[in-house]
Amino acid sequence: MTDPDAITAAVADAHRRGWALVLAATARVARDLDLAEECVQEAYAAALATWPRSGVPREPVAWLTTTAKRRALDVLRREQVFRTKLPLLLDPDEPAADEVSLAEEQAMVQPEPADVVPDERLRLIFLCCHPALAQDAQMALTLRLVCGVPTSDLARVFLVSEPTMAARLTRAKKKISVARIPYRMPSAAALPDRLAGVLGVIHLLFTMGHTAPAGDSLTRTELMDQALHLARMLRELMPDEPEVAGLLALLLLSYARRSTRVDERGRLLRLREQDRSRWDRSAIADARELIAAGLRNGRAGRYLLQAAIASLYVEASTYGRTDWKQILALYDQLLRVWPSPVVALNRTVALAEVHGPEAALVEVEALEKDHRLAGYQYLPAIKADLLSRLGRAEAAAAAYRQALELTTNAVERAFLAERLGQAS
Amino acid sequence: MAGGLSNLRRPFDRGVEDKHDRRECPMAQYAILLYAKAPADSADLTPEERAAHARHAEEVPALGGQLLAAFALQPTTVATSIHGDVITDGPFLDAKEVVAGVYVIEAADLDAALEIARRNPATQQGGGVEVRPVASGFISPTAKG
Repeated sequence: MTDPDAITAAVADAHRRGWALVLAATARVARDLDLAEECVQEAYAAALATWPRSGVPREPVAWLTTTAKRRALDVLRREQVFRTKLPLLLDPDEPAADEVSLAEEQAMVQPEPADVVPDERLRLIFLCCHPALAQDAQMALTLRLVCGVPTSDLARVFLVSEPTMAARLTRAKKKISVARIPYRMPSAAALPDRLAGVLGVIHLLFTMGHTAPAGDSLTRTELMDQALHLARMLRELMPDEPEVAGLLALLLLSYARRSTRVDERGRLLRLREQDRSRWDRSAIADARELIAAGLRNGRAGRYLLQAAIASLYVEASTYGRTDWKQILALYDQLLRVWPSPVVALNRTVALAEVHGPEAALVEVEALEKDHRLAGYQYLPAIKADLLSRLGRAEAAAAAYRQALELTTNAVERAFLAERLGQAS
Repeated sequence: MAGGLSNLRRPFDRGVEDKHDRRECPMAQYAILLYAKAPADSADLTPEERAAHARHAEEVPALGGQLLAAFALQPTTVATSIHGDVITDGPFLDAKEVVAGVYVIEAADLDAALEIARRNPATQQGGGVEVRPVASGFISPTAKG
């Protein structure tokens, strides 16, 4: 097989499917994240150079892993004396490379049986999302190391300069090595908290992609795609965790509606205005299965409940047929496991449908006193909607103006401005 | 806090550049800085709070760590600071929380150190802790506690 397009496609596919695996396995040998990254990049370059002659190997990811690990061992042996500036990545289960005999080395570069490999990716994910790292560093590191996103692309999606992004990544990697953040799975006792951290990072990445904090376009598709990729990977690696299923379902349900959130002129559409026939039915069906599977696996956590709520929104054949009572009941359950003021605020939307806008307004006004919601643009937006439904046009206009002041996304601003025009 | 200098097994040994450092020293050293509401006067602690600190010092080995040194400090009302050439009364930074003490532990990695640090009673007494990897240092083996 020498068709250059086919080779490029095969390498791209191995990058998308295999990067995390190759890097995670190489990091264990290199004991240094920078060196591991270098070697993995070189392995992909070597694939582009040699596959046109030798053909695509039967196991491309295994080929890449072996190549990258071998390079790491070569470099370590050559530069042993110089690589002492920073402590090595702490891997409790792996002997250091300079203690390894030739026979052991042979074993190290061999592809490992598939049943132990997934753990390597999990370690990498938990390392990148370690709570001792700042959250923006967790997000950048996860995209760089687990998804293989180049630093220049990261700079673009996070709206910072490339040197700033590079410095952020370097700082995080230096902390991992100096503070000795271990490259291993968290203990069973720590797992729930640490998993919540990982899910939080993936969710935040998706949310950032779903509504760009500033700028002209509502979504940054690449971020949504990478977050979905991560959620799918995690689901594959941790099939028994209901919250992992919940997060993936939640993301799929948002993703299914992505093309109907704005009209052809880029205007924001509310749920009741969206064209339901254009929703991605297969994503919705996948989400429904995940929710069912998650609910079978025990007590529902925050992501599973959020997904269950979102699925009720999309399953109604029309907006008017939405099962608001069930949604409100799920919100009550959600508030118990996750007493967040944002959840309490979103609950008022369902409350308005079940008990009327007056009852909802009382709760929104109570939430205005919660300092954690100060500056949260969706509070005045929801309040404005309730006020206009109650015919209190002047108060509604004031609330829309307040929401406008807090909103930076251009599409959302246009929506609010239009509503303000209708209210006043 | 229990454990005087006599508990110190050996001087800190991380200051030396040594490529075998990791293997000869499988444990890492972390300083845990305790922060409490200013002026961080240990006389303000209730007997229960004091007992909690003593228990914490004793639970460190059970958590896989080793207490190398521990110091509780007098309140910032008797602290003296020097910025450049200027001597002033009080703590170095004018903050609501100030350093109340410091202890140094050996632990396998940051997760093990955090597991110990998060059980420090200061975290439940309106203050908190900061965990900092130790770069280098020593305690004179002849020092009298």
